[in-house]
Amino acid sequence: MTALLDPIDGTPAAPVRQISTALPTKDTSVRPVPRATLGGLPLENHFLTWGARFAALAMAWIITQRLLPWHGPGWFVVVFALCNVLLLAVGTAVFDTNVAVSDRVAQWTVSSAAVFVYVALGSVIVYVLHKGWPALHHANFFTHDMSGVSSKDPLTQGGITHAIAGSAVQLGIASAISLPLGIGTAVFMNEVGGTFAKIVRTVVEAMTALPDILAGLFIYTVWIIAFGLPKSGLAAALAISVMMLPIIARTSDVVLRVVPGTLREASLALGASRWATVWNVVLPTARSGLGTALILAIARGVGETAPVLITSGNSPFLHLNPGSGVMSSLPLFIFDGARSGEDLQVQRAFGAAAVLLVLVVALFATARYLARPASNKPSLLRRLRHALAGSLRSVRSTVARRTPSVTAEEAS
Amino acid sequence: MTTLPLSDPASGAQPPATPRRISRTPTGGDAVFAHTFRVIGASVLAVTGGIGVFLAYQSVPTLRHYGLSFFTEHQWDIGHDVLGIAAVLSGTVLIALVALVIAFPLAVATAIYITEYAPPRMRSTLVAATDLMAAIPSVVYGLWGVFLVMPHAAFFSLFVQRTFLPLLLHGTARTIVILVMVVGLIAGLGMRFGMRITGRLLWIPFGIAAAAAVSLLPLLTVVDADPNAAVPDMTRYTKSAFIAGVVVAMMVMPMACSVIRQVFSQTPEGEKEGALALGATKSGMVRTVVLPFGRGGVIGGTMLALGRALGETMAVVMIVSPDFVIKGRIFEIGSQSVASLIASQFAEAQGIQVSALLTAGFVLFVLTLIVNTLAAIVVSRSRSGADTA
Repeated sequence: MTALLDPIDGTPAAPVRQISTALPTKDTSVRPVPRATLGGLPLENHFLTWGARFAALAMAWIITQRLLPWHGPGWFVVVFALCNVLLLAVGTAVFDTNVAVSDRVAQWTVSSAAVFVYVALGSVIVYVLHKGWPALHHANFFTHDMSGVSSKDPLTQGGITHAIAGSAVQLGIASAISLPLGIGTAVFMNEVGGTFAKIVRTVVEAMTALPDILAGLFIYTVWIIAFGLPKSGLAAALAISVMMLPIIARTSDVVLRVVPGTLREASLALGASRWATVWNVVLPTARSGLGTALILAIARGVGETAPVLITSGNSPFLHLNPGSGVMSSLPLFIFDGARSGEDLQVQRAFGAAAVLLVLVVALFATARYLARPASNKPSLLRRLRHALAGSLRSVRSTVARRTPSVTAEEAS
Repeated sequence: MTTLPLSDPASGAQPPATPRRISRTPTGGDAVFAHTFRVIGASVLAVTGGIGVFLAYQSVPTLRHYGLSFFTEHQWDIGHDVLGIAAVLSGTVLIALVALVIAFPLAVATAIYITEYAPPRMRSTLVAATDLMAAIPSVVYGLWGVFLVMPHAAFFSLFVQRTFLPLLLHGTARTIVILVMVVGLIAGLGMRFGMRITGRLLWIPFGIAAAAAVSLLPLLTVVDADPNAAVPDMTRYTKSAFIAGVVVAMMVMPMACSVIRQVFSQTPEGEKEGALALGATKSGMVRTVVLPFGRGGVIGGTMLALGRALGETMAVVMIVSPDFVIKGRIFEIGSQSVASLIASQFAEAQGIQVSALLTAGFVLFVLTLIVNTLAAIVVSRSRSGADTA
């Protein structure tokens, strides 16, 4: 400071030359100023957030229980939310500008919409599991079918084996058809290319969003009207595979597109044929992505109701031959149960829906696990093994430490 | 000493070296490979593209039998052989619109919450939850809608009717308001495209049209029942297009949300930080940077959701009570969509009725194809970042 100011005064300061270096001494007279935190909100904002919440709870209670005849939890939540935003706006306006008020209100709107969405999702899962539990906790629900069981029989009789088996058979056939065709199409779009591949890609992408009932209609017109074949599990499987095919093709297309071109070029440069390149290099590289594609398609196909409704009917008994006769499946069983109007059938439908829901969630979780980005963190198995080895080592070392003392005692 | 190679004058007739002809056409085993996969691609094209061709081909007898009145007739009366899809088409559009009105704000808000407001640690969980929501089968949503949502939604319908019935316009007043709305719309469009006026002035005609439309909204609430009766007839309020729309909204919301979220998350960090550094609040930053950047994604995602909502079958079949009347009274019992018509009538249909259903399916096919293609174009354009100069 002084060095800069001195020339302005006009009196050139005499250069101060010190012979020795002075070490900086700690000035204890100045108290350190606390550093301002950059990430968090000021204390009064936290106070406002929580204060508005508590005050809104109280106000909602008074309004719905004491002032207005709006009873019920639904009204309470609505009034609570409105009170909350009102208090937030007023509270912010007290010590801040209008811009801050609108920021607060915007944040509240966005967050409460998100909360609403996730609560709705949670309500689907919890409600279905809750209503399905009376049927689910009987073992016969999984081991029996509905043959000879009337809709008024108690839940200790009958089950959904036939629906599960039907779904499994139909999905097995549908996967066997749509997996090779879907991956083949993806290989065609990526490895062969050309104008025709572009047309195929456009059509396949348009078909991913096809209404599911139209797939059923298509198989119905071709299989049942044109070929004159009866409704069967096979027709249902074909309808499901028409739904699954664009999904597998499109997802695998995306997966194959990210296989590094250098790998292909290296393989071709080594003299491999294109077939060998695809089979030994491209497909193995994308293996987990292709697995994800299949699982996502199965998760979609297992819940397809409308196409199955048209191409196959519901039957109450276990039927494993897809070639002849109508074959039940999980979505059909749920649909029929829900329409029957019988309480016990509705409970069975909820039980089947819970099974379907768990199945879909499990498939979905598997797909996400397969598609997860590669991380540097060692895998769970390796971490477990590491922890096990570590504890073994510590046990061994304690044993080793104890052993000499034991021998010392014995020696004494 | 080095000897330079000299051209031999004796063999000067040798032709100059030309580059070998390089061909990308595969030979041998590679040709077999290319052709095999071309056949696979062609077969998949035939299967998926064949749907439209088959449905179109099957609808020829329908049009020959019923003529063009098939599109204007609203009844579906098998006994008198009077079939038409005017009512089901309007029902389809109505249910899809209800679903969009509910799903659109929720999808945009959830996408903004995930990309901007959610704690970073929770982000991937929230994304997974949204994707899971899209994977839940429609029959499960239908079950949820029938047994959990329907009773509550019926009470909501009753409440809305009680509240808005006094605001209902009748007779001449209604005609005048409709006229005002139409005139405002035409004036606004004329100013925008005819006189090329942009900016604030445009708010006036469009604002008048919007106000007229809002004052017409209570028309939607009419239900043929007395809402203020001591014991209101709740059956008049169940199984309505509104309830089906609520459930369909739950199904299409996650799809729109995931498209919108992906576009939002591609917003350049620098622009967002620039807005914040200039003193914008978070909501100001979202309004001025994120939303304009993602406009294409928002439109495209919403249109994808519309395409899905138009074709949704099971929820409508399970919830709505079939009714073949063109109406806009969304809270009243009874409606029908093309997909649910097909699903519910297919078991009993015979002969010409089957091909009438197939024609209805073809109309649905064309409708969803147009909406989805437009959506795909809008989304792919928005991804290139063309919207932000």
